[in-house]
Amino acid sequence: MTISVYVPRDSGALAVGAEAVANAILAQAAERGIRVELIRNGSRGLYWLEPLVEVQTPQGRVAYGPVDRDAVPGLFAADFLRGGAHPLCQGLTEEIPYLKAQQRLTFRRVGLTDPLSLDDYRAHEGYRGLARALEMTPAEIVAAVTESGLRGRGGAAFPTGIKWNTVLEAPGDIKYIVCNADEGDSGTFSDRMVMEGDPYLLIEGMTLAGLAVGAEQGYLYLRSEYPHAEAILDEAIARAEAAGYLGDDLRGSGKRFHLEVRRAAGAYVCGEETALLESLEGKRGQVRAKPPLPAIQGLFQRPTVVNNVISLASVPAILDKGPAFYRDYGMGRSRGTLPIQLTGNIRRGGLVELGFGVSLKELLYDYGGGTASGRPIKAVQVGGPLGAYLPADQFDIPLDYEAFIAAQGTVGHGGIVVFDDTADMAHMARHAMAFCAVESCGKCTPCRIGSTRGVELLDRIIAERDKGADVAQVALLRELCDTLLNGSLCALGGMTPFPVLSALDHFPADFGLVAETAHA
Amino acid sequence: MPANTNNIERSNSLVETIVESHRHRPGALLPVLHEIQASFGFIPKDAVTPIADGLNLSRAEVHGVISFYHDFRYVPGPSVRVCMGEACQSMGSAALLESAKALFGDGVEPVYCVGNCACAPNVEIAHAYHGRMSPAKLTSLLAREVAA
Ligand SMILES: Cc1cc2nc3c(=O)[nH]c(=O)nc-3n(C[C@H](O)[C@H](O)[C@H](O)COP(=O)(O)O)c2cc1C
Ligand code: SF4
Repeated sequence: MTISVYVPRDSGALAVGAEAVANAILAQAAERGIRVELIRNGSRGLYWLEPLVEVQTPQGRVAYGPVDRDAVPGLFAADFLRGGAHPLCQGLTEEIPYLKAQQRLTFRRVGLTDPLSLDDYRAHEGYRGLARALEMTPAEIVAAVTESGLRGRGGAAFPTGIKWNTVLEAPGDIKYIVCNADEGDSGTFSDRMVMEGDPYLLIEGMTLAGLAVGAEQGYLYLRSEYPHAEAILDEAIARAEAAGYLGDDLRGSGKRFHLEVRRAAGAYVCGEETALLESLEGKRGQVRAKPPLPAIQGLFQRPTVVNNVISLASVPAILDKGPAFYRDYGMGRSRGTLPIQLTGNIRRGGLVELGFGVSLKELLYDYGGGTASGRPIKAVQVGGPLGAYLPADQFDIPLDYEAFIAAQGTVGHGGIVVFDDTADMAHMARHAMAFCAVESCGKCTPCRIGSTRGVELLDRIIAERDKGADVAQVALLRELCDTLLNGSLCALGGMTPFPVLSALDHFPADFGLVAETAHA
Repeated sequence: MPANTNNIERSNSLVETIVESHRHRPGALLPVLHEIQASFGFIPKDAVTPIADGLNLSRAEVHGVISFYHDFRYVPGPSVRVCMGEACQSMGSAALLESAKALFGDGVEPVYCVGNCACAPNVEIAHAYHGRMSPAKLTSLLAREVAA
């Protein structure tokens, strides 16, 4: 009998040695004359256990991790192919508390299936949303997405159904679907996990968007740092075309949808939707003034849906199971689930998909297990490089768009970066300014030039801080942040003050300020 | 030198072939630049004119795009990149950057996030990512790279 063994091909797993583990398993099996079927799945998102090897047993899949190449002979000796006991054995994968407690809707197949197998995709509820949609009118599809309460997961949290409706109603016979797979925020990788671990889900989601608004061409704008995702997507698109899930006649319906991957070129600002469109048109990635909205005049001046990977990947389940099913998860005006990424200095880093409303505390301690270093958590940054630094006394905040806005932060793309008490928050504030200077598209003066001024100010503050704060420099820094907040065309310049001011407000001692003079 | 002229001719015709294979595509410039960069390891300065001619753009436009994007460059890129995204910084990537620079000098650059933030810190060596790095692990990886 052949035994199925799973070793992820996810690039995060590969970066910690999954390829060597896969090869060692094949070599050991050959040496022992055992037949194994090696399946290269996506990651389960339990990254502290990667490379996570799973074995199919009659009781279910048994997990071993983190496995390195040298541990493989020992696993064979312990009869891991029958789920044998071993120090790395984590028991049944589905019973691992971190995974079991999650509400995986969008990620329900990631890590479970063979990413490139269409049969596997269909056997696990794939393309059921498309089957429904092919029997619906475009307005009905849009209405379902609107009713689900889905808001864009790329950062701005704009209601997806309303955006789609604008494109549906915009005049013109040529329209486009653009998937924003630029995923530039540090602390995020959920887009990558979907693209590498369940590519047909994203392809189905984009196809549904096309049917909903009457677009026949889609572009997937993919950051160049994701070569593995690109290879998997190219292969998945070719297979979907061959099976009639993409092309000129979607499953015999007479409807069309074509899809193409376009590689970005390493500019953070091209994640901003209008800069992205400029880039797709082959130009410098400079932000466009709005209006006109991309939904009215987007790619090549045509009405265009621009959506994040996770937004699009959420749609198949909404159509398959109905909008109410999705809307029932979450809190307040944040409906459905959010794939949260626990990263940085954290013991159990990974992907946690839950309905909105979970508190930072639960995520950081119950799921994450505190810091990797074992030291106390000093701060977390939520929502990418433009998100605020939050101190421990704010960890009761629930993951909810409105609650984060009220705390002068952002949920963004759901990334959480953890810092222990050795972190230097003045240094992180300087980094935020330096990042803005490097990545500015150059259109607005405060962003282009002010960010460099900010770096200089922070250098001076840091140089002097041991002698006590230079209150005048701090006041100038606050003024500069004000100018950025008010004088920027897009959120790169407009939100860089969030990490800077939150660091200053919550960690004044790192700037040489005693708490009382932080607001000097 | 005849050998050199030959090389230049060959690279010119390679550039033209690449441009030709993409010119029908809307927004062809980025795909063209990516393929040229993949073929040569950088964008040869001499390629700007044939690209501009082939895509009906001005040379200034082509140069403007090349200079805007971090990925495109007229000289070969770094062989080592150390991730300096916030997640990697929280796990000490600043020290990694220093040790990599001590070993590789100018061939080292920062990169802002490679998307493996739960296994920080990360480095990229010869286009492969390595997570959970430490200065000691990095030194032995780089030593292997130099030997190879
Ligand atoms: C500087 C900047 C970078 C951004 N980067 C991304 C990104 O990498 N991915 C993304 O989906 N959205 C990003 N956004 C948000 C997009 O502009 C846009 O809101 C989003 O793609 C819309 O899709 P959604 O409604 O599905 O979220 C960025 C915005 C700014 C200002
Ligand atoms: S804020 Fe910065 S990145 Fe945004 S449009 Fe202005 S200059 Fe460009």
